[in-house]
Amino acid sequence: MTIVADRADPEAPRRRPNRALALLRNSWRQLTSMRTALILLFLLAVAAIPGSVLPQRGVNLEKVNQYFVDHPELAPRLDRIGAFEVFGSVWFSAIYLLLFTSLIGCIVPRLRDHVRALRTKPPAAPRRLERLPQHAVLTGVATDAEAVAAELRRRRWRVVVRGTEVSAEKGYLKETGNLLFHTSLIAVLIGVALGSWYGWHGNRLLVAGEDFCNTRQQYAEAKLGPRVDSADLPPFCLTLNHFDARFLESGQPEFYRATVDVEQAGRATRTETFSVNSPLRLGAANVYLLGHGYAPVLRYTDRYGKTQTSNFPFLTSGDATLTSEGLAAFPDVNVDPKTGKRDSNLQVAFEGLYLPTAPQQGPFNRSEFPTERNPAVVLVAYRGNLGMDAGIPGSVYQLDQRQVTNGKLKQVGDKKLAVGEKWTLDDGSVLEFVGTKPYITLSVRYDPGSTLLLGSSAVLLVGLMGALFGKRRRVWFRVTPAANPAGDAAPTSTDDPAAGSPTGGSSLVEAGGLPRTDYPGFADEFAQLVAAVSGGGEPDERAGGGRGARGPAGTREGAE
Amino acid sequence: MSALSDQLVMFAILAYLVAMICHAVEYALGNARAVAPAAAPKRELVGAGVGAAGGPVDAPPAAPADPPARLGRSAQQARLAGRVAVWITALAAALHLAATVTRGIAADRMPWGNMYEFVLTVSCVSAAAWLAVLWKRPSLRRLGLFLTLVMVLLLAFAELKLYVEVVPLMPALQSSWYIVHVSTISFSSSIFLLGAVPAIAFLMRNGYERGRRSFPYTLAKRLPAADGLERLTFVLHAFSFPIFTFAVIAGAIWAEAAWGRPWGWDPKETWAFISWVVYAGYLHARATPSVKRNVATWIAILGFLTMLMNLFGVNFFFTGLHSYAGVS
Ligand code: HEM
Repeated sequence: MTIVADRADPEAPRRRPNRALALLRNSWRQLTSMRTALILLFLLAVAAIPGSVLPQRGVNLEKVNQYFVDHPELAPRLDRIGAFEVFGSVWFSAIYLLLFTSLIGCIVPRLRDHVRALRTKPPAAPRRLERLPQHAVLTGVATDAEAVAAELRRRRWRVVVRGTEVSAEKGYLKETGNLLFHTSLIAVLIGVALGSWYGWHGNRLLVAGEDFCNTRQQYAEAKLGPRVDSADLPPFCLTLNHFDARFLESGQPEFYRATVDVEQAGRATRTETFSVNSPLRLGAANVYLLGHGYAPVLRYTDRYGKTQTSNFPFLTSGDATLTSEGLAAFPDVNVDPKTGKRDSNLQVAFEGLYLPTAPQQGPFNRSEFPTERNPAVVLVAYRGNLGMDAGIPGSVYQLDQRQVTNGKLKQVGDKKLAVGEKWTLDDGSVLEFVGTKPYITLSVRYDPGSTLLLGSSAVLLVGLMGALFGKRRRVWFRVTPAANPAGDAAPTSTDDPAAGSPTGGSSLVEAGGLPRTDYPGFADEFAQLVAAVSGGGEPDERAGGGRGARGPAGTREGAE
Repeated sequence: MSALSDQLVMFAILAYLVAMICHAVEYALGNARAVAPAAAPKRELVGAGVGAAGGPVDAPPAAPADPPARLGRSAQQARLAGRVAVWITALAAALHLAATVTRGIAADRMPWGNMYEFVLTVSCVSAAAWLAVLWKRPSLRRLGLFLTLVMVLLLAFAELKLYVEVVPLMPALQSSWYIVHVSTISFSSSIFLLGAVPAIAFLMRNGYERGRRSFPYTLAKRLPAADGLERLTFVLHAFSFPIFTFAVIAGAIWAEAAWGRPWGWDPKETWAFISWVVYAGYLHARATPSVKRNVATWIAILGFLTMLMNLFGVNFFFTGLHSYAGVS
């Protein structure tokens, strides 16, 4: 509090008045005032609210797209002001950048002041100690200034002795902590910035038995920071060996675990397992297990007897029983062996559901349990032109419905198949449901800022504790040897308790204390200190600020 | 075990209700001038044993520390009602604690796997912290009316709207950070919850001391002095803020391990950020001499509203990764 008050009072610059400069200086002072910091903090909180109310691209892209569909009028307008990317928007950035500018402008002078305060000695005692919030007078104490100072030093006060006077101060930790806290906020911001500039991440699916290598092309979606190039991705490859999932009877998942083979340049291939809360940490990147599902293995034998197999993943629709939806497309079938030419109107695809535990009776549209107790696929067969040659990128998980509406792709039946069952289509071709393979969804990430983030968060916390629980306070002791009762430093205005009982060889000790920050317990500490200094002697009752008198003493505290 | 827990919750609600009625009686009978200031400086006997909730409940015979000769009959009755209220609150807290513990035993894990358990735990810690505060500052007893009211509302709401059967944890919650993160979040939320009580009381009392005599302020006639309430508000918030900060950091560490990013602006994370910023604003406002104390206190209340929003609003209105609440 003191610091703020000190800083608030302008140091009356005596330079030639220069309007522009004065304006600049004034705005700077405005910006770095506590008031501005408060307003900016408030704005920051308010600005974050739309980020939770509206769907955000970084959190859930599909929901944003859905919002555009639901609110065709409003959405583009919101989009223009960055409402779907609040935390990267100009206005949000403006607020926190201003706040952090204000913060730096606030820290720098305080750092200077604090360093100065750390180097200056505790100030000399005020002339009239009895005017301080805490005050005590002791008589007949066998001590001197040096002994008092030694006792204070033992209690880790910073002490200076000036003749018969002892000045001491404690609680620099408060300001140190405060500066540490605010500085580490800046470090946190730098950590975040590092992560977004130099970090990258990508997501993909990985079916058991297949492998993937860490290149940009192998990710379904990847985001590289502005300072990262595709060539910078560290080389490594993963093969999914094994995936275990266990569920309770209620269908609630109990645990997931993936086992992979890891190939890294210059190292022997090794096997690692990882799970939801313990990612695979490869040093160059971390691999997180986000989800899992099943890829039905479907074998299609075309009209010429040639066989192809698809084990494309069926995606779960978010329901707990892992009902999945997907597509098995066979664009390169029904190639006439005589001509060797592919007929693009004889392409085949099967679209439908995979149910790990199909119900005993229809409708077969929802699985009953997440593990494979009665696995079945429910498929619709299509024949015709799949529209994959047109060069229009479509989803690999869904049929191009345009081809169905324009009649180029026709339904040729539907069927439910259990494992091992075969389905003969009207043209004599056969589909067999061979079984399934598990797949996992992975997120691979590299965040170079995370160490700094962690470190600065730890410092932040330590600093915060120091700032909140540190208490700055000063005490003074004036020791007057009894042999010289009328020392000019001795208070003569109060009727001196020592005067009546001069004890040979002992001293009169007068003490005063000043809490420099809000500190309700100061009266107790002061009383203890006085008692300790006087070797257990009781402080004079009448001298005020005695021990234990919380109520009345409390009213005087905090007054500076 | 789980059924026992449910019954204990019902009894706890009843006990809080009775305590609330006793506090209300104290309010109705109390004579502000005779009782409140006299109770202020000395530690009353009634505090003894309350800190250890569930200790032997043998109320000491009314032995006022300093019986003013002119203490009216109704004032004495009010005092008695207040003490009874405190004892019943302690009993309720003990039942509440037992309910929380048995719930944890039934589930074979920490009792904060879903929103019902979370509310149960948070309010239990609040009640215990309230008793601890009361032990140190018996003069604040009259705030018990608000506290018990909050308890009854919270527990009844949890019981009616949030209740779910005991189930084990989802894989995403199986982490030691889960215990660290959720226990510190619960604890700091409890203290913020408790801190909101003197904050509201301060605003009412402050208005009253400034001569306002309209509706909400008149309720504050018998509350402790505004200064003390304000300081208690600050102490509770200053105590809770670093714990909350730690909890958020622990959450980020956990999120990094589970989801691959420390911070992703999920609705829950966003609202934790908002609460954090608002409470930081409160601490700033209080440290700025030019900002009035009641303005600062309003910021603290705003912070509390954002915590409530995070606890209830986010689980009901938004879906995010934190969708473990078990509310459908
Ligand atoms: C990034 C935004 C900021 C956050 C999150 C923040 C947070 C905090 C917190 C939590 C405290 C309480 C610790 C204590 O009481 O010592 C505090 C104290 C303080 N802050 Fe900030 N702060 C921010 C920016 C600023 C700025 C821009 C200024 C300068 C104008 C500033 C000046 C102070 C001062 C002087 C104190 C000490 C108050 C006291 O004497 O108790 N802070 N800050």
